[in-house]
Amino acid sequence: MKKIEAIIKTFKLDEVKEALTGIDIKGMTVTEVKGYGRQKGHTEVYRGAEYVVDFIPKIKIELIVNDDQVDQVVQLIVKEARTGKIGDGKIFVLPVEQVVRVRTGEVDTEAI
Amino acid sequence: MINAADTAFILAAAGLVLLMTPGLALFYAGMVRSENVLGTIMQSLIMISIISIEWVYIGYSLSFGPDIGGVIGDLSWFALRGVTTAPSADYASTIPQLVFMIYQCMFAVITPALITGAFAERVRFAPFALFSLLWAILVYNPVCHWIWGSGGWLGKIGVLDFAGGLVVHATCGVAALVAVMIIGPRRGHGKVNFLPHNLPMTMLGTGLLWFGWFGFNGGSALAADGVAATAFVATHLAGMAGMAMWTVLEWLKLGKPTTLGAASGAISGLATITPAAGFVGPNAAVIIGLIAGLVCYYAVNLKARLQFDDSLDVVGIHGVGGLTGTLLLGVFASRAVNPGGVDGLLAGGGLDQLFYQGLGIVVVCGYTFVMSWLILKGIDRWLGLRVSVEAETQGLDYTEHSETAYN
Repeated sequence: MKKIEAIIKTFKLDEVKEALTGIDIKGMTVTEVKGYGRQKGHTEVYRGAEYVVDFIPKIKIELIVNDDQVDQVVQLIVKEARTGKIGDGKIFVLPVEQVVRVRTGEVDTEAI
Repeated sequence: MINAADTAFILAAAGLVLLMTPGLALFYAGMVRSENVLGTIMQSLIMISIISIEWVYIGYSLSFGPDIGGVIGDLSWFALRGVTTAPSADYASTIPQLVFMIYQCMFAVITPALITGAFAERVRFAPFALFSLLWAILVYNPVCHWIWGSGGWLGKIGVLDFAGGLVVHATCGVAALVAVMIIGPRRGHGKVNFLPHNLPMTMLGTGLLWFGWFGFNGGSALAADGVAATAFVATHLAGMAGMAMWTVLEWLKLGKPTTLGAASGAISGLATITPAAGFVGPNAAVIIGLIAGLVCYYAVNLKARLQFDDSLDVVGIHGVGGLTGTLLLGVFASRAVNPGGVDGLLAGGGLDQLFYQGLGIVVVCGYTFVMSWLILKGIDRWLGLRVSVEAETQGLDYTEHSETAYN
């Protein structure tokens, strides 16, 4: 089992979610996050003064998948979240030791 | 002889001016960070209480009571003694003096509230409240008497101020400048971004201020007459022209028009027309508004270069606007518009009025600067104006008021 964490542009969430639902991904967790990478921040203007805002809003999607689904999911997120412009985000894949469904007590693959 | 229309109009105008104080609270609160929202609102709102109390007991008497040497009113109207429903011989002879008193009260309330934008997000409540009370007694009341009080020396020599360019906006602007110099910048000034936390709130405040300004300027005619109409129209036109000018300038210089720019331009135009509103015609009002947008835009931008943390631009917008309008009165005033007024430079009146206006500026700004300095320094030495480093980081809402705006 792997955890996929994808940081994407906020307006790409719907497309990514639709695509993931289409390949039978049954759940995900979404957080509004702030951060920067090579894109750095952006500039905002208030009363003529320019402010460099370092941390800009992004969406973080977290989902747990079986090992055999990882490549497909990652490719799908890349395809849907991509604009080609700087700031499209990153995807991290991490190992997961255990998954438990709270309601039933099922574990691992059954609980995903 | 009491006139029912005049009385009704000034009562309504008093209500409009009162609304400007909570309007200002929202205008300011939208521009601070989310942990200082209630602290900022409270600094404006509490003036309704502090200054109204001061006003009915001593402030009204000091400002408008029987004159002592042109400098101050005496205290014979303490606690409104003798201030009744009968009209005053000296002020607004067609409305009950009580109506005049409560109308003027609202001006006294909003003036110290305006100052608070300069030191937003960093002062303790108790010393601040004491400052506002002392400032009302030692700055607002005397200056109000000099210009509007019967026998006041600046008014007598010919300085004109229709609705408070000097009495309200210049005094609050200069006091704001002094406060910034004494209190110093917010922690992290120049490094941390002090982003406005809720500009829609500021837009709501702008709307309420503009609405209230019709009472502020229109009501200053003290009668429901042609002068009120002149002031009402001039107020609206200057507000819209200020908004247009600031928005266009910003668009040209920075590539995008902004809502905060539009609101700032409107307030600049409204503040600038205030001293001149009842003395100038509609075309002059548009020009005054355009000049206001231009001058205040550059004044606000100068602040960044001077490294002054006038947090919400009280000096650049209210101070500079009030002074600009006070001078422009000497240029654009016209007896053809208001027979009770004067002819300024362009109406063939020569430089006389401009000179009086300049004199008024020097005297009012000089006095306000020195007196505000003494009050603020004194309180700072005695009680300490500034919150602790920890409180400033945590925000005034919790540390000064034990509540938070957003839960």
